[in-house]
Amino acid sequence: MSKLLDIRGLRLEAGPKGKRTTILHGLDLSLNRGEVLGLVGESGAGKSSAGLAAMGYTRGGVAITAGEILFDGIDLAQASTATLQDLHGRRIAYVAQSAAASFNPAHRLIDQFCEAPLLHGTAARAEAEADAIALYRQMQLPDPQQIGFRYPHQVSGGQLQRAMTAMAMACRPDLIIFDEPTTALDVTTQIEVLGAIRDIVERYDTAAIYITHDLAVVSQMADRITVMQHGREVETAQTRKMLEAPKADYTKSLWAVRALDRPRRDTNDTETVLSLSGVTAGYGTTKVLDGVSLDLPKGRTTAVVGESGSGKSTLAKVIAGVLPPGEGKVLWQGKPLPGPYQKRNRATLRHIQMVYQMADTALNPRHTVRETLERPVRHFLGLRGSALRARVNQLMELIELDPATFLDRRIPELSGGQKQRIGIARALAAEPEFIICDEVTSALDQLVAEGILRLLLRLQDELGLTYLFITHDLATVEAIADQVVIMQRGKIVETGAQHQIFAAPKSDYTKRLLASVPQMDAGWLDGVRQRLAS
Amino acid sequence: MKTLKSAPPTALLGMLILAAVLVTGVFAPLLAPYGETEIVGVEYEPWSAAFPLGTDNLGRDMLSRMIYGARNTVGLALLTTGIAFTAGAALGMVAALKGGWTDQILSRVIDVLMAVPPLILALMLLAIVGPSIPNMVGVIAVIYIAPVFRLSRAAAMNVVSQDFIQAAQLRGEGTLWLLRREVLPNISSTLIAEFGLRFCFVFLFIAALSFLGIGIQPPTADWGSMVKENATLITFGDITPLIPAAAIALLTIAINFIVDWMLHRASGLKS
Amino acid sequence: MPPLMKLISSRLALGAVTLLAVSALMFVGIELLPGDLAQQILGQSATPETLAAFRAELGLDQPAHLRYLDWLAAAAQGDFGTSMASQRAVADLLSTRLTNTMFLACYAAVIAVPVAILLGLLSALWRNSLFDRSVNVGALGAISMPEFFVAYLLVLFLSIRMGWFPTLARIDEASSFGDALYRSFLPALTLILVVIAHMMRMTRAAIINVLAAPYIEMARLKGVPRWRVIVLHALPNALAPIINVVALNLAYLIVGVVVVEVVFSYPGLGQLLVDAVASRDFPVVQAVGLFFAGTYITLNVLADILSILSNPRLRHAR
Repeated sequence: MSKLLDIRGLRLEAGPKGKRTTILHGLDLSLNRGEVLGLVGESGAGKSSAGLAAMGYTRGGVAITAGEILFDGIDLAQASTATLQDLHGRRIAYVAQSAAASFNPAHRLIDQFCEAPLLHGTAARAEAEADAIALYRQMQLPDPQQIGFRYPHQVSGGQLQRAMTAMAMACRPDLIIFDEPTTALDVTTQIEVLGAIRDIVERYDTAAIYITHDLAVVSQMADRITVMQHGREVETAQTRKMLEAPKADYTKSLWAVRALDRPRRDTNDTETVLSLSGVTAGYGTTKVLDGVSLDLPKGRTTAVVGESGSGKSTLAKVIAGVLPPGEGKVLWQGKPLPGPYQKRNRATLRHIQMVYQMADTALNPRHTVRETLERPVRHFLGLRGSALRARVNQLMELIELDPATFLDRRIPELSGGQKQRIGIARALAAEPEFIICDEVTSALDQLVAEGILRLLLRLQDELGLTYLFITHDLATVEAIADQVVIMQRGKIVETGAQHQIFAAPKSDYTKRLLASVPQMDAGWLDGVRQRLAS
Repeated sequence: MKTLKSAPPTALLGMLILAAVLVTGVFAPLLAPYGETEIVGVEYEPWSAAFPLGTDNLGRDMLSRMIYGARNTVGLALLTTGIAFTAGAALGMVAALKGGWTDQILSRVIDVLMAVPPLILALMLLAIVGPSIPNMVGVIAVIYIAPVFRLSRAAAMNVVSQDFIQAAQLRGEGTLWLLRREVLPNISSTLIAEFGLRFCFVFLFIAALSFLGIGIQPPTADWGSMVKENATLITFGDITPLIPAAAIALLTIAINFIVDWMLHRASGLKS
Repeated sequence: MPPLMKLISSRLALGAVTLLAVSALMFVGIELLPGDLAQQILGQSATPETLAAFRAELGLDQPAHLRYLDWLAAAAQGDFGTSMASQRAVADLLSTRLTNTMFLACYAAVIAVPVAILLGLLSALWRNSLFDRSVNVGALGAISMPEFFVAYLLVLFLSIRMGWFPTLARIDEASSFGDALYRSFLPALTLILVVIAHMMRMTRAAIINVLAAPYIEMARLKGVPRWRVIVLHALPNALAPIINVVALNLAYLIVGVVVVEVVFSYPGLGQLLVDAVASRDFPVVQAVGLFFAGTYITLNVLADILSILSNPRLRHAR
């Protein structure tokens, strides 16, 4: 039997003439009918461009410069607009990363569902509507009879993502491209969407290309996995084989990320640096934090974990003094800490530092690395002249960047990981005791993130720093935390030592949260769904 | 120099025209064959060797008045834009950084100013204070503070919402330092392009007011009122009164070309 | 009250407050004049007796806030006082001129709005094509020219050289509708050219902005043909920005009207305003200024309300 999709020597280039950059360097990819191929890689690997190219589509500025894309014998790279329009939606469908942005805000869900079947003549309006309701039911959407008659803004993100998968299914296509469909979702929502997508793909025996950066997720969804890097294929293998015995060094390094581990440390043998009791905070009348009490042990890492809307970032803001608490007390080394940062003295400001999620916006793009680091050193420590230069060089060595190479670069000339290191150096420049790390690795690729985590741990050992680690990623927590705080809807659900929380969680929410984290095990999704169902 | 080479021909042409007008304005007394208000002939003399563009309704040399007009019209427009810009940009940045009541009060006042069409507002205010050059400069500057404020506030808001501002605030930096070192460098390219654009508006605005007889007052030479004073000639098919109008259009197009190029460059740098 | 109604009524209220603020601004401005209005008008040579009589006539002997309220109450009933220059009731001066100005503005708008939107739409569709570039260069040129330059160019070529249209647009009650259309063609054309340039550029930008949205890509990947993507997917979402563009430019028309009326000696409000400013005829300035400001504010409020209504997020609450 011939392949459903056969991509040979596909080359994609972007940019204006003279300044072209290559996105894909001659990619080969094939897919059988009913097969699900996982496309994995870090940012810039070209996986999304490859997924869109499988539909014969390129985004603005990108062009197919070589190769063929054979879909059921038709070369999509050469096909006319009319041919592509006929195939799109009918035989090849697309599910985008952000369902909220990809549904047209001006039309109801069901009208958008019916558009492709009516256009391609595969169903009449009434049939299409009935089919939509049936598919909504299969995707386990609440109130399948009525949900289609809502506008996109009236439906939640996880539900929209399922509605979009149903829409892709409308003409029963041979192939669906899933482009990071669960990346923007919380883990407990992700698991529902993953399950629904897999069921429906199996049920209609649809072939799919599943694009993601998350190895654990792809190992649940795909029959076969292709790992990509810098626009090239690194390795392709059946899922189980890839999980058990990755061949290429790059693939192995991706797998190794989760092996980051550190000796377990006690949290009750040191004094308390910062303590919160009954802290309530919010914007206007909405409470985002509700009666939060917490002690941070000196020289240890406390991780605050929660999904979006749990109030974990607000907690960081309260401690930093950006959002003064409405009620409750915050004690810094036993003394009351003034709410707004404007009322704190310079010594306090110096000792509580912050590292941000987006290094891009946390550093002034108009400054050089030197300017970025010199200012806090002068400001807090009053160093001038050669002492200042020496200290800045020392900071660069602490974060493992060569001063001679990097000090006079402007911020935009640095990579994401380098920027985050500068962000850490800026916090260290104040010689603080305590650093708030707000999702510091979530915008970074896994390998880079791992480097940052190792750096933070080394600095903690050398300088005796206390960390408050705000994150939604439980794998990170498991790797670096001494104490773990689980938050949900502005309240602390559970606090405990790392090993205790992971080994024996007490609250139901913690159990569900832990169970929802995808594992590098092809049978994980089935297992969890059975457990959650029972 | 390198950036100049990469400029498209339209922008180069724009710069050439702008430079020519500026040089003419600065060296007006050296370049003009006659005085600004000197009556040197009879009314409406045709073009000749002595009067290359003829004479105007009072018998003054048109060419000399064009040259002095460059100085007056462009000079006043620059002055007015400069005032509006300094005040508008500073207030806009302060409003963005301070937020709260400062922002509310400033923004509401600006809303009222922007709720009336500028020409109507200028006419109403000039009716009150009386038409004169300082009054006109003041009134137009006040009116154009509003759009500059809006833009610089919006641009600064984008910057202020970024974490590096918070990092600087948490370090205990003062307002002036924040504005000068953290905010301004990030919005300067937007502001410079806006300056060019606003200059065009102000320049056209002064020309329109002068044309209506409420702007720059006689006998001062300026391009707007020169059109008005000699408009009768057009009914005889003579194009002389259109020369100052064409000069206004030419300079505006030139600046627009430069601004377009700068905006294009700024957006290219970002991506 | 449903949130939508609440939003709309708050916009209406805001418009009314702004109009009041503008009228107060004008009033306070006159109040702050050095000396007083009577002195200002009659000059330094006036005797104290004539000054006092004149003050009483203008009601200047009463406290400022009372006079403001009196003026406001009278204005609400259509009484804007008496012109100082012509001694005629301001309301009488306004009535025919108001019709003329509205006629000219509507004349220009009826032609300019559809043409500009079409041009903007087409140049956004064929972005970077020859058509797009030439339309853009033309628009940039038109924006850069002072209105009076455009006007005189038209006079020179279409009226004096070709003799097709009259140089001056004199119309009165006796002119028939067709005659009025013919006579005021040149002023209308001037406005059309200037407004089209602005409106077309803004429409183009609005459409291009919407076309970059992910849901447009999604529609194309469903196999929706290009024209259908534009009409069904882009246009409903570009409605709000386009409405704003139209309102802004109709408001701009009002400003343009002032200069154009002066060039063509068209008997409208603009010319009345300019004459009144020159002779510092305050009651007239106040009334005409307030009328222009009112129209401008009304248009903006209307645009706000229409774009609220065109937004499905606001029309269908969660």
